[in-house]
Amino acid sequence: MSTEVLRAPPDPYHLGHRPASANAPPQVTGHGAGGPAPKRIVVGYGFWIFLLSDVVIFASLFATYAVLFKNTAGGPTSEQLYDLRNTALETACLLASTFTCALASIAVGERSQKWTQIALACTGLLGAAFLSLEAREFASFVARGAGPSRSAFLSAFFTLVGCHGVHVSAGMLWLGTMMAQFYAKGFRRDIRHRFLCFTLFWHALDIIWVAIFSLVYLVGTEPRQFLP
Amino acid sequence: MSTESPDPREYHYQAGSYIGEDRPPGAAPDAGEHTVRREVHGYLLGLALAAGLTIASFWVSHTGVVYGPALAVALLVLAVAQMGIHLIFFLHITTDPDNTNNILALAFGVLIVCLIVFGSIWVMTHMNHNMMPMSELIQHQP
Repeated sequence: MSTEVLRAPPDPYHLGHRPASANAPPQVTGHGAGGPAPKRIVVGYGFWIFLLSDVVIFASLFATYAVLFKNTAGGPTSEQLYDLRNTALETACLLASTFTCALASIAVGERSQKWTQIALACTGLLGAAFLSLEAREFASFVARGAGPSRSAFLSAFFTLVGCHGVHVSAGMLWLGTMMAQFYAKGFRRDIRHRFLCFTLFWHALDIIWVAIFSLVYLVGTEPRQFLP
Repeated sequence: MSTESPDPREYHYQAGSYIGEDRPPGAAPDAGEHTVRREVHGYLLGLALAAGLTIASFWVSHTGVVYGPALAVALLVLAVAQMGIHLIFFLHITTDPDNTNNILALAFGVLIVCLIVFGSIWVMTHMNHNMMPMSELIQHQP
């Protein structure tokens, strides 16, 4: 047997279904000719599945909100409560923090401790700003007698937006842990995998916020609403 | 016996490799500064597109540009577009072969989300239409 047959095809991600070269026939064995996928791919895929299940939870909360949106029980309506200036500030904070989180992932790729810590600290500060804006909003609602027990609409609102806020809070804890681990243990492979999951989590939170600010706040303050 | 030089496209294959690991053994690391600049440019483009769509959403909701009853749909479209931008630029969901599983899982997730949201709205709207009004319901009780 010639060594030509034993030579591993140039298959950097070990996907097992790439031809060895442009002219060679594809090496499809059905058993992963290149071996198992690298751990980064598998870890990312597993965490992606978790994120999608989280998105399904948020979808049911969105459905609840959409159904109960008009059931204000004589209490304050969304138009009277929502303050779009506050929402715009929250959106800006979260979008900027998503960007700094992406910059942190570049810094991790470059193994730069200084820039990793700076970018993650910026992400954390922006996340904290978002949380304080949201807490201030919730406090002002409750002070105006529009707490979660006032009407079905407000119960649904606090559950949906509060659930997102809880996720951001959990992300802040995770972020602090990642900063400490990078500082104490360096850019170890397993810690980079945890960080990959953290970036996916943080970006997914911003995707959910996009749905919240568009479909809860912007639709809710629109006087010409058409929702049933 | 591998004497052919590897196809450079194979080794600059960036899908999800933004954490900067899992370079194939023997492959030269990417030219550092160039790659960083390219990745920063990619994220800046994503940020600009996302910010543009956000501003468009706020602007559309505050001007009479869109016909009133269609406004919620317009906002939904802008939101879905921005989610797509986030998925591509920040979550790195691409059409590359190592993303096939992620795409399939995403498609299933979108199916479930649509079933839950639109199904709930549909069913509950019909229930509201067909329910007896509360006052009559009380009168009919023994």
